[in-house]
This record gives sequence, C-alpha cells and structure tokens, in this order.
Amino acid sequence: MSFATTKFAHHIPLSTTAARSNDHKPFLDPFKATPFLGSTHKFRFHPLTNSNHTNNHRRSAVVAVSDVLKAKKPKSTSNLLITKEEGLELYEDMVLGRAFEDMCAQMYYRGKMFGFVHLYNGQEAVSTGFIKLLKKEDCVASTYRDHVHALSKGVPARAVMSELFGKTTGCCRGQGGSMHMFSSEHNVLGGFAFIGEGIPVATGAAFSSKYRREVLKEADCDHVTVAFFGDGTCNNGQFFECLNMAALWKLPIVFVVENNLWAIGMSHLRATSDPEIWKKGPAFGMPGVHIDGMDVLKVREVAKEAIGRARRGEGPTLVECETYRFRGHSLADPDELRDPAEKAHYATRDPITALKKYLIENNLVSEPELKAIEKKIDEVVEEAVEFADESPHPGRSQLLENVFADPKGFGIGPDGRYRCEDPKFTEGTAHV
Amino acid sequence: MAAVFQGLGAATAFSVSNSLDSRKFLVSSRKSLSARKASFPVVRSDGSVVPRSNARVRRAEQLITNAVATKPDSSAASTTSKPGHELLLFEALREGLEEEMDRDPHVCVMGEDVGHYGGSYKVTKGLADKYGDLRVLDTPIAENSFTGMGIGAAMTGLRPIIEGMNMGFLLLAFNQISNNCGMLHYTSGGQFKIPVVIRGPGGVGRQLGAEHSQRLESYFQSIPGIQMVACSTPYNAKGLMKAAIRSENPVILFEHVLLYNLKERIPDEEYICSLEEAEMVRPGEHVTILTYSRMRYHVMQAAKTLVNKGYDPEVIDIRSLKPFDLYTIGNSVKKTHRVLIVEECMRTGGIGASLTAAITENFHDYLDAPIVCLSSQDVPTPYAGTLEEWTVVQPAQIVTAVEKLCQ
Repeated sequence: MSFATTKFAHHIPLSTTAARSNDHKPFLDPFKATPFLGSTHKFRFHPLTNSNHTNNHRRSAVVAVSDVLKAKKPKSTSNLLITKEEGLELYEDMVLGRAFEDMCAQMYYRGKMFGFVHLYNGQEAVSTGFIKLLKKEDCVASTYRDHVHALSKGVPARAVMSELFGKTTGCCRGQGGSMHMFSSEHNVLGGFAFIGEGIPVATGAAFSSKYRREVLKEADCDHVTVAFFGDGTCNNGQFFECLNMAALWKLPIVFVVENNLWAIGMSHLRATSDPEIWKKGPAFGMPGVHIDGMDVLKVREVAKEAIGRARRGEGPTLVECETYRFRGHSLADPDELRDPAEKAHYATRDPITALKKYLIENNLVSEPELKAIEKKIDEVVEEAVEFADESPHPGRSQLLENVFADPKGFGIGPDGRYRCEDPKFTEGTAHV
Repeated sequence: MAAVFQGLGAATAFSVSNSLDSRKFLVSSRKSLSARKASFPVVRSDGSVVPRSNARVRRAEQLITNAVATKPDSSAASTTSKPGHELLLFEALREGLEEEMDRDPHVCVMGEDVGHYGGSYKVTKGLADKYGDLRVLDTPIAENSFTGMGIGAAMTGLRPIIEGMNMGFLLLAFNQISNNCGMLHYTSGGQFKIPVVIRGPGGVGRQLGAEHSQRLESYFQSIPGIQMVACSTPYNAKGLMKAAIRSENPVILFEHVLLYNLKERIPDEEYICSLEEAEMVRPGEHVTILTYSRMRYHVMQAAKTLVNKGYDPEVIDIRSLKPFDLYTIGNSVKKTHRVLIVEECMRTGGIGASLTAAITENFHDYLDAPIVCLSSQDVPTPYAGTLEEWTVVQPAQIVTAVEKLCQ
C-alpha cells in the first residue's frame, strides 16, 4: 500500500505548469513517458488518422480552468469557454449533485435509507460535463454510483430521494434502490450494481440507435448512449468485449471511465498492468482521451467532441476522466485505507470550487447569482426529503407487480385460469 | 467455444431417413458405437394412439391435431397426402423466426455464427441474406456482452433473439440473463421491458462431452421474471418460437441437439402455441408420465411396450418448464393418481425436483403413491457412449418404473 501511495504522490505535479505539447505524436507509442495520474495538464485526443491538423485543432480547442488561471490571461469574453447561461447550468447541476449526496449521507445515518449507498462527491464534473450535453432521447447507463447521473439526466431529485427511501413515489417505485436508478422517460438505463454489466446494456442501446437509423430507416435517429463506469471495471471482460463490438460496428456510444483511482480498497496502480486506461481506445480502433476529471470545462469540451463523433455516426470514443471520490466507497466504508494527504490534495481540487472560481474571475457571474443557485438547490433537496418522507411505503399489492411485463408469466393455476387473474395476485398475497 | 457440429453431421443422416420405427431407435441406441452411427433414424413419438374423444374441452381447441403427438402409426406415404407441409424441426424454428421477422421489423437475431454461417444448427440459414447483417448479427465470441447487448437493445425497443451457439456457452452470460434479463423489469419498477428470446441447442447429444451436454434449465429455473419453454416437435418448435418472440417477457427456448432433424407435417396456415400450456401427448388412465424435450421420445418408446403389457399411461409433454401448467398436470393427477417424471435434467435441483414439489403442494390428496422421478445421474456427462447412455434415462427404466408404480 505504501508503494501505491508513494508512487502516486510522485505523480502529483499539480502545481507545475507544463505547456501542452502541440507537436503530434503517433497514438501508439508504448515507450512514451507520460505524466499520468495526478496530472492536470494532459489532454490527448488521438484521432485514428494521423492528421496533424485535426490534432492541433482539437488540442487548442480545449483549455483547462487551471491553465487559464495560470496563464493569467486578460479576461476577455471572446476567450471564454462557456456562456453565462451554460456556466450557471453546469454550476447548478454540480451543486445539485453535491447537495443531494450530502443529504443522502445525513438520511442514511438517520436511518431513512438502507443498504449500500455510494456517493458521488468529488466526481461531479464528469456527470455534469457529459450529461448536460445530451438530448432527452440520448441514453445513459451508470453503475452503482448512479444518483447523480440520474439527476443530471433530468430525473427529479424527489423521485431519486424517494427511491432511496424505498417509497412508492420513487423513480422505480421503491423496487430498485440506490444502485438501481432507472427512468424510461429520461432514458436512464440503470443503475447496475455489478461491475461492468451496464456496459453491454449501453452497447445494446447504441445498437438500437444504429438499427433504427439503418434498418428501420428512421433517418433522424441520431441518439447517443453514454456509459459511465470506473477504473475497476476496466479490468473486466465486458469492458474489453464491448469496446471491440462498439468499434467494430461503429456504434454511437461514448465510454466514460471515471477513474477515481480506487476500486473500493484496491489502488488502480496495484490492479492494472498499464494504468493508462485511455490507451485501450486506440488498441480497439477508437480514439482514447485522457482528461482532468476535476475540471468540468475540460470534460465538457472533450464530451462535446466525443458525443458529436457518435452523433455523426463516426463511432465510439473512450474517455478517461481522472477524478477522485471525496468519500469512502460507500457509506458503509470507513475509508481508512486512503492516504489522508492524497485526500487532502484532491480536496483542494474540488470541481465545484474550480468552476465557481472560473465563473467569478472571468466576470461571467456574480457571487450573489451563485448564492441564489445554492439556495435554490438547498430548497430542492429539502423538498425532496420532505416528499420522500411523506410518501407512502409500497403496499402489499405491489409485491407481485412488475415481475413479468406480461403477468401470464406466472402461469396457469390448478383451476385452469391464469394465476395472475387470482385476486391474491393483485393483493400480493399469492405464493409464487 | 468449441465444436458443436456433431449434430450437423448427424443432421444429414437424420433427414435422409423417414423411418417411423421407434423400436429401431430403441434397439439402435443399444447397439455398438459403429452401428449407432450408421443408422440414425428419425425419432418419432408415434405411440400408436388414436386421439380420444374424452380430451378436455378447454384444451381440445389448443390441441390442434399434432402429427407427432396424435398420429397413429403410419407410413411416410400416408402423411404426404395430408394438407400442410413437411419439414424438419430446425426448419420449423427457422420458419417461425422468418415469419416473425417478416411481420415485425424490430425482430432481430444476434449470436455467434448466426449470419453468414447460418447458425451452427442452421436455424438461421439464409436469414442474413434476406434481412441483412444488422438484423441477423454475427457477434464476436463474447456471450456475456452480446447477451447484455441484446437486453439493452430490448430495453430500447427491439425484440432480439439471442442464440447461444450451444446452450452451455450461456453459462458465460449467466450474469446478464439473471440480473438484467430476469430482474431489470422489476428493479426498474416496470419501466423497461425485456422482450428477448434466448435460445439454442442443449441437452445430452451424442458423445459431445460434459461441457456441450448441459441442461441449463436447472440453472435458470430459479431466476425470477423469466419464462422457460422446451420444444420437442417441429409443430411446437415453430409455435413456441413465434409465441416467445411475441411475448413481452424474456423467454428461454430450449432446443435439443438430437431433435433438430425430427420430421413432421405442420399446418400451412399461421399458428402459435401457448407458452404456458403443457401438451397432451397420449391420454391414458393408469399413470401420468410428465416429460419434456428429448425424453418425450424415450417415454413414447416405453409407452409402446407398456401398452403391449396392458398398461394405459397418460403422457404429457410439460413444454413450459417455468411456470408449470398446473391445470393440465393437475387434471391428469386427479385421473390417474400416480405420477412418473422423466427428465434429462440433473437430479439435484432439476426441473423434476421442482415439479415434484409443485405436485405435492397442490395435489397431494390425489396421489395414491409417491411421485417417482427419473432424472439423469448427477455426474458430468461422460464422453464414452456406454457411460453416456447410463447417465440419461432409458426407455427400459421407464417401463420398470411404471410397472412398480402401478403395482
């Protein structure tokens, strides 16, 4: 463990400014020494074609918050990465994610929710950076750390909170829970509690988009699917299998790795032969990008490109976002393993603080405007808790609903009638 | 994912012969290896039974005259004069698939070698040419992922049929089948439907070795939210395939490697079978024999002997492995008061075990004798022909079991 943390610490040149190299390098260069974990300045978007032009263009298009600040550029609006409206939207979404998760922790300790609850604190820039660029028809597949993906995609906070409380007004009627958030209305495909199992489902959704366009001739179907998963998943077969299939069939999907450096207690560096996950993109014939996942503007810039590629039918992209979770793996994790210095370091890189700083220093928004958002979000979250608390627990009658889409699946009873016609099935008292 | 092609070799031999001599099958299966390979007769459940008039009214209309089930001993010549068309079981599956693909453009197929190769048992032969590579998608060898992909496609509006090149390979997709296929409709609060069909060749073939001779129905049966059916004749193969595709529920359709070349005349007009109903194969009075898939033919071999010995067994192909058709089964139990279950499944935790429990729970008072369950031995299916034969239930065992049960 000391090995991992030491090595890690060596790789934190965060305060150093390294000018991004614009000279083109071939995307497959295994011997190239690259500062990796902890680097804030590395952005590589390796197109499959060796085009200097494209590469330079892409590189120059992306500027990190930190770089902008360090360069102390004169604050002229023409250089800004986002508009005021976009900035406010991103800020609101990230604050919502943070405030919601903090409230979850409170409610968990108060005994309002149970089971394994995995909080997203610290990683907000990834969810917000990608999902706020999606259309409603676009799909999102998440993991067990899924509350904030659902919120970013538009699922109301009250529906997510109520689900966590196990109430019938929850987005899955209380049948899913923390790790199984779904919304057909907002195309949130889950909510998957096992490592990697959401990636094939996301790949299937992307296949549907292609199928609708090419087989069903729905010319306007340009829907994109974004699959989120962590560094631990990137050593799982389904990850590799789906990279292969998605690239093979040029599916409209973006694979987003939220590399928070830890798979519960397993350091990414101890688990992975080559810790640079983004490199696996080119290995499968798709671009691989490594970005600072604590910087929402950088994430957004890359997301725009990757989603655009998918929408144009140019195929999948693998994006590795280097991020950090501010809390333990779940609320059941005492989080004793991670080095306090490492945690403290990342705490200084809080993505919300960084965005706030950028917005204020560039005179995009005023402090009171941000305060107003924070206040509004506090109210939203409070209201969500009230709503969840007041909502009814599922009744007995709900028990046997939704086992089968067609309840004939319960079969034929001794009396010759379908068992689902028995009132005991509607009452939920039948034994199945 | 290794060789699954033995059945293909057998296929040719199978289809050539149109013999109805079930005794020949019985005998041949006991012959030496070479003899067995040389003669691979068409297996028919020809139980020499004339349909009875006392068949229950409710079922009567569903029991569309089934050539295999109810046709009296007849020669091939007599069948050709009947209406309908004659085909092999794998062709019946293909016909059902094709009709559904014609009917609904959302129906698509995915799996290993289903496209250009036409499927390892030719169930999808020619479909890629007709419908294109995207609707009949050849996938890489990645069962867990392409099964999950089918589920994701189903969640977003398609109706995929996922083929396991061999059912055993689907063990690699167990997580997707269990967690996502079976449970996701429930965990999503009913928001997402998974109308997929998972199908493929399974069961104990001819010396395919342990891994290619699995009966996954016992593994899959406790997954909530999934229906399981096993086809056994060209007629029900087509009807169940179509019903499974149209179902809003995920359905696992079990095919048997040794039944793909069964020949039968099936109706020209469109029909579908009920996914939940059992099939009365031979009405009788003395004992209820419940079976499914290939064991139906072993049972019918035995039935012939039993009839000659003066017994009148009732044979039911339960077809729906989950849920059980408790009406058909129950009525039979109430009539005969004796139950013999014959399955190819493993003894421990198999379909027979579940069936025994269901009958005991529901119809205990009607039983005059304990239920007898003949299952495969709890051993990895051996390669050697002799050992393999002793692993699965043979007709002689069925005869003995009925004699004991009816004492």
